[in-house]
Amino acid sequence: MTTKATSKPKAAPRKKKIAAAAATVSADPTFYLIEADDHHHPTGGATLLGFWIYLMSDALLFAAIFATFGVLGTSYAGGPTPREIFELPLVALNTAILLVSSITYGFGMLAMEQGKAKLTQTWLLITGLLGASFVGIELYEFGKLIAEGATPQTSGFLSAFFTLVGTHGLHVTFGIIWIVVMLVQVQKRGLIPENKRRLLCLSMFWHFLDVVWIGVFTFVYLLGMLR
Amino acid sequence: MFDQPLSKIIFGRLTWESFPIHEPILLVTFAVVVLLGAGMLAAVTKYRLWGWLWREWLTSVDHKKIGIMYIILGIIMLLRGFADALMMRLQQAMAFGGSEGYLNAHHYDQIFTAHGTIMIFFVAIPLIVGIVNLVMPLQIGARDVAFPFLNSLSLWLTVAGALLVMVSLFVGEFSTAGWLNYVPVANAENSPGVGPDYYLWALQIAGVGTTLSAINMVTTILKMRAPGMTMMKMPVFTWTALCSNVLAIAIFPILTGAFALLMLDRYVGTNFFTNDLGGNPMMYWNLVWIWGHPEVYVLVLPVFGIYSEITSTFSGKRLFGYSSMVYATVVITILSYLVWLHHFFTMGSGASVNSFFGIATMVISIPTGAKIFNWLFTMYRGEIRMELPMMWVVAFMLTFVVGGMTGVLLAVPPADFVLHNSLFLVAHFHNVIIGGIVFGLFAGMYYWFPKAFGFKMDVFWGKIVFWGWVIGYWVAWTPIYIVGLMGTTRRVRYFDDPTLQPYFIIAGIGALIILVGILAFVVQIAVSIKNREKLRDTTGDPWDGRTLEWATASPPPSYNFAFTPVVHDIDAWYDMKKRGAARPQGGYQPIHMPKNTGAGVILSAIAMVLGFAMIWYMWWLAALSLAALFIVAIAHTFNYDRDFYVSVDEVERTEGEHHRLATAGA
Amino acid sequence: MSPNHATTERAAGTHGEMEGHGSKRSYLIGFGLSAILTAIPFWLVMANPLGNDGATAALVIVFAVVQILVHTVCFLHVNTQSEGGWTMVAYIFTGVILLITIAGSLWIMYHLNTNMMPGMMTEQVSQTP
Repeated sequence: MTTKATSKPKAAPRKKKIAAAAATVSADPTFYLIEADDHHHPTGGATLLGFWIYLMSDALLFAAIFATFGVLGTSYAGGPTPREIFELPLVALNTAILLVSSITYGFGMLAMEQGKAKLTQTWLLITGLLGASFVGIELYEFGKLIAEGATPQTSGFLSAFFTLVGTHGLHVTFGIIWIVVMLVQVQKRGLIPENKRRLLCLSMFWHFLDVVWIGVFTFVYLLGMLR
Repeated sequence: MFDQPLSKIIFGRLTWESFPIHEPILLVTFAVVVLLGAGMLAAVTKYRLWGWLWREWLTSVDHKKIGIMYIILGIIMLLRGFADALMMRLQQAMAFGGSEGYLNAHHYDQIFTAHGTIMIFFVAIPLIVGIVNLVMPLQIGARDVAFPFLNSLSLWLTVAGALLVMVSLFVGEFSTAGWLNYVPVANAENSPGVGPDYYLWALQIAGVGTTLSAINMVTTILKMRAPGMTMMKMPVFTWTALCSNVLAIAIFPILTGAFALLMLDRYVGTNFFTNDLGGNPMMYWNLVWIWGHPEVYVLVLPVFGIYSEITSTFSGKRLFGYSSMVYATVVITILSYLVWLHHFFTMGSGASVNSFFGIATMVISIPTGAKIFNWLFTMYRGEIRMELPMMWVVAFMLTFVVGGMTGVLLAVPPADFVLHNSLFLVAHFHNVIIGGIVFGLFAGMYYWFPKAFGFKMDVFWGKIVFWGWVIGYWVAWTPIYIVGLMGTTRRVRYFDDPTLQPYFIIAGIGALIILVGILAFVVQIAVSIKNREKLRDTTGDPWDGRTLEWATASPPPSYNFAFTPVVHDIDAWYDMKKRGAARPQGGYQPIHMPKNTGAGVILSAIAMVLGFAMIWYMWWLAALSLAALFIVAIAHTFNYDRDFYVSVDEVERTEGEHHRLATAGA
Repeated sequence: MSPNHATTERAAGTHGEMEGHGSKRSYLIGFGLSAILTAIPFWLVMANPLGNDGATAALVIVFAVVQILVHTVCFLHVNTQSEGGWTMVAYIFTGVILLITIAGSLWIMYHLNTNMMPGMMTEQVSQTP
């Protein structure tokens, strides 16, 4: 029977890592962790990985919308084309704002690591304001398009355009709300481990939105102007 | 808005006509549901169970209780979905020649849509998520999942979705556009009613739950395994749960996206899937099937894991080809994402596209076939015990292989051009879903029932369930295979050709035999509870199991393991038993556990109200519930007091009791 | 797969310790690179120095891909070490799935459009006797 042979404890290297649990591996292996095992702390290190995996799923939500934009991107249905409605200087400004907000958030993280709660809040506030101006400019752009008659109902292209850019904008809006919540929570409790963990998650979220925006300005605006 | 009558502002498009009082079938169903519901509420009130229900179950973040509640949801919805199936079988057996049957077209369309939607989203998914929830953390030696609150939220969001589908039975109507709510039927111009909106909101809410649950399970497996349990020492069920949930994370966002775009089409008037102004209905099919095909594997992979555990346990042998099983699972995970077009070969893609997806589909049968051989070789020269779970494994292997082969047949594009949307296809996927997934879920429920409740299930009634399902399946679906091959199409309510009638009558008899199996299952649960003392297992290891879930008491204490086990081998518990590892009987430490919270139930209830308000255009209620959703969610993040310690005394008492029972029984 | 993953996690186990920080240097490098990688494609499209739409488009896409990678490394701090390599595995897996979704959809829908265009249909019909 193969079972017998393989179920014998294998040689040392793999087990070395268990040393914390079983110092004497060789003859009589340990089968239970006797000492206090606190790994199950609800604020444990699983959160960051879990949130990262959530971001990956969010990326695939965007993939579905990008794919739809790719398919419907030339379905103008007699309506306006990208060249007629896009204003690249405005997009460049918005891109710059979002990029700067990325680095301001980064500075906030550095301040957090040094334990400077006030400085962290300041950077968060700046990031939030930059985010708000990003959303504001986007809403201005949308309003202008709709006033010109280029509404989401006009054509498949415009439906996909508004939805893709709007979904990103909605995410940024959620990010801003989250920033506000974190400002309050840091104010109330300081940079306790839970809050630091949340700020790290928010950091990933914010930078992730920046990555999505690279896709948006490239594939929607820049390539749209070339069409 | 203000020039509308007040009732329109308050109730949106909900009027007295929305209640189907003219449908006698629905009226009777409604009366029965009301009577049963009132009876249950009265009983809960009479025995003063509300507090207990709220504290011990509704607000619980214990993965075992959440798993059990998922399974209960799945079983209840199975009854609803099967009732739909019986109605269709009866209609198709009757509606020949002069007879129109007893269902009008609109009603029939709702039934087949609801049947498919419920069976996949509210039966298969909850049962599988439930079993994964119940078993996986125990198998990896963890005390809970990575995010216990999220787990509770996922469950209740799924329940909220299921409730919305049930509400559509009595308030308004359900979609008539097929189980994936296909456009152009589900477009605003073709279905202006509430049906598709019920579908979309129910599935969006439940879909968020499923995605969150999948993220939770993957994180749990990656971060919380017992010391020594390397990836290649994980039990096969945990492996399949990992791959299934990874796949779920990859596909559910696509479905959410597709549904969101269709919602925009219906609510805002965009042109994604419309027939004019640049919309493209085919894109909807493309997106939903990017979800749809991998979804089959999201469901079947954990079931393959269940079969693996059971085969190994009841053959008294280590699983044959553990690593090939793992690699086959990983390969299926990736390949399953490359085959979606085979659901619409006939939509007009060119030869190159069709052949790529055809070949990819055929390739996927190779790792699946490898698994069948692994199970066979595990049984070969094993000491097989034909207990209830093992009977289902054998039935599965015989049934599933046929379904797999008809699947490969359908993967050939020219053959598919003949068989597309025929009853042959319908018979094929029922063959793999019943013969593969449902049989496996029964196997899993019988296998882990004693772990969850501390007693086995009644064998006599279990055999009736088994034979009802297995014989019923074959009697019901063999004739459908035959008429399908002859060219009969699906989703048809009335047939002209009277020579087909005998086939449908036989299929109806088959459905009745399955009904016997289902009713016997209900009886079996009742009989097992009644005879629980006779069926009691005090050891925690009734089947001579091999993996860690059997290393603790049945039912396990809330903290699962007083001491975290250390793993040295693939079949960790078998290894511990063989080497005489004794559970320490002292030196306990306080155990850190998450606190219960009602936030999951409350958020889900608000989400359900939001969905209902949006379906009926009650804008004020929608705005209100959306605001409430945000406020409650944010308020929940201000609660930092989320954990507590189980005291040493309590651990000592619980463990002592288990030790006393286990040794007394031995 | 990292075979010793579980055990290292348990051994680390302390909660104050969190991964995924960058240094000031990495943020500044990332910012500088991103600024350049954003500015050039905008300039390429707005001033059109190449005069060739196809080449511009290809170049713009290359810049986007590079910039996404820069963000991933400098801002999101994805590397082989963090979370025992699982963030990176997840990232690569997502990238593959994302490409399959988008490229597959475009390929399929392009084929459908060319095959099912009304003009093509009549052509086929007229060919059949």
